[in-house]
Amino acid sequence: MSIVSASLDHAGRPDRALNADALAADARRESRGLLALLSPGLFLVFAVIIVPIGWLFWLSLFDETGQLSAANYARFFEQASYIKTFVTTFKVAFIVTGACVLFGYPLAYMLSQLPRRAASICLIFVILPFWTSVLVRTYAWLVILQRKGLVNSWLIDLGVIGQPLPLANNFSGVVIGMTHIMLPFLVLPLYASMKTIDVDCLRAGMNLGASPAATFRQIFFPLSLPGLASGVVIVFVLCLGFFVTPALMGGGKVIMWAMRMEQTTSLYSNWGAGAALGVVLLGFTLALLGLFQWLLGARATGVWSQR
Amino acid sequence: MTKRLCIHGLTVAGLLASVAVPASAADTITVASWGGTYQEAQTKAFFDPTAKDLGITIKQDTTNGLDDVRLQVTGNAVKWDITELGADECARGSKEGLFEKLDYSVIDKSGINPKLVHDDWVGISYTSVVLIYRTDVFGDKGPKTWADFWNVEKFPGRRALSGSQATETLSVAALAKGIPIDKVYPVDIDGALQSVDKVKGHIDAWWTSGAQAMQLVKDGEVDMASIWNGRAGTLKKSGAPVSFSFDQGVLTADCMVIPKGSKNKDVAMKALAKFVSPDLQANLPLYVDNGPANEKAFETGKIPPERIKDINSAPENVKKQVLQDPAFWRDTLVEATEKFNNLIQQ
Repeated sequence: MSIVSASLDHAGRPDRALNADALAADARRESRGLLALLSPGLFLVFAVIIVPIGWLFWLSLFDETGQLSAANYARFFEQASYIKTFVTTFKVAFIVTGACVLFGYPLAYMLSQLPRRAASICLIFVILPFWTSVLVRTYAWLVILQRKGLVNSWLIDLGVIGQPLPLANNFSGVVIGMTHIMLPFLVLPLYASMKTIDVDCLRAGMNLGASPAATFRQIFFPLSLPGLASGVVIVFVLCLGFFVTPALMGGGKVIMWAMRMEQTTSLYSNWGAGAALGVVLLGFTLALLGLFQWLLGARATGVWSQR
Repeated sequence: MTKRLCIHGLTVAGLLASVAVPASAADTITVASWGGTYQEAQTKAFFDPTAKDLGITIKQDTTNGLDDVRLQVTGNAVKWDITELGADECARGSKEGLFEKLDYSVIDKSGINPKLVHDDWVGISYTSVVLIYRTDVFGDKGPKTWADFWNVEKFPGRRALSGSQATETLSVAALAKGIPIDKVYPVDIDGALQSVDKVKGHIDAWWTSGAQAMQLVKDGEVDMASIWNGRAGTLKKSGAPVSFSFDQGVLTADCMVIPKGSKNKDVAMKALAKFVSPDLQANLPLYVDNGPANEKAFETGKIPPERIKDINSAPENVKKQVLQDPAFWRDTLVEATEKFNNLIQQ
């Protein structure tokens, strides 16, 4: 894009240089070449993303008799459970994202301050769970947290509690399980962005008399924000579509949007019923990404492209 | 249905595999069922003997239920010649016109409950929803009826019911109100929902799969639950301290259909006739706890008498249970399920 706009700029000037025409032609040729190079990718995006999503949207407009109708969307307001599911989904996503920041920021900070070798070893422990199936990890949490699980039996044996704590098959179980699974998605971009912070900036701050706390607050923390924002966006969006962990850890009491999609798809004979749920989730996710972009600036959502 | 979620991957793999194979010869049919130990039992009881008898090859696949059939039929990509479904799914799919008509001059329907014999689907086996309780908590004085299950003062403890199978939970809720087993159907849905409302504050988990129900009881996460008899039997055999009976159980049937557009319809018809014949039906309970749909199976002498009393569809046990009516749920499922979800969701 920058090439195109630069050439236009150039061509528009009244006192044009002698070779301006040749340069402009060259630039046009180059942008055509770039477009040609991009076209397979663009075609792929169109074929596997735009078309299916358009189809999904199209399907959501038809009721069970095949008539054009808003019934699939009206249902969300007629049946209280859909609104509840929606609220639960966002509540879980907010709380899990918050918990990930709470645990992830100090962890990423520690990793970024460790000597390189120690940091790589610690990073393995962050990445290791990535290689384990979500299902396995969720079941592991179930074993640990349930009424007769490890945590409760230890606490009871130690005399800390008399009655088992309700940790699994409820909201707290879902939050604990999902926080564990989402943590690496926050830590990795955050760690990467913290590693790029110039240590000289911190040294300069301290040289000028700032306390370590002030240096962190005024220099390190603001510089780490793009990475944090990027991690937060990833975690939040992934949470919105989560299925396995809430299904297993929620005890059927925490119904998230993706679970409702599965239920609705098998309950109704038209694909539109489930498709409408997908359209709503997609719409809200895009709106939220737009909001993040607007609040945090392009740096936040674009941090991946910086590297 | 939800109990089949875990086999999504398998189905995809199965579909891919069947894509890779060229159009099958007329003497090869593909049968889809729920996978797991149940399908292994069906293989030994139905599929292998039929393949041998008819001199055909039976390929197998796994299904997630009606969605899969709908996808294949509406997409003109029918891969299966016979598939198993829950009876209420058969009733709904029949209404949607997803199945081929069955030829009852080929298939002998005698011995099968007339409620499970229809133009385009036929019963194949039974699962029961039973009340299970932990004997390490209650001894042998646990809750025996659904009214006991609902009685939180007399039987304190943690409870689980099915959250995904609204039809089953509403049936037991009706029983809990004291409605006699022959009066449960047609279910008074609003009455049953009121009954669920009374107990919902005491339900610690709403299970969404058979495996989950089993895990909840096995790990002592709950002290009593509704559960499928196959899962309950597995728990008992594995030595878990549990007790259950068929009293006030809810008998739910499974059925088989030929998806519309099957390329080997005639061979499939002959195979299906074998599957529901008393002789092969009698094989099923030798391998798994799901009872045969054809009651003549009990007259073949193949099933040992001491085994018969443990089979949910044995005539003695059928008398103690409610037969879930697929035609009733065909027309009421959507409304009842939405209302049920509104009620149980916090």
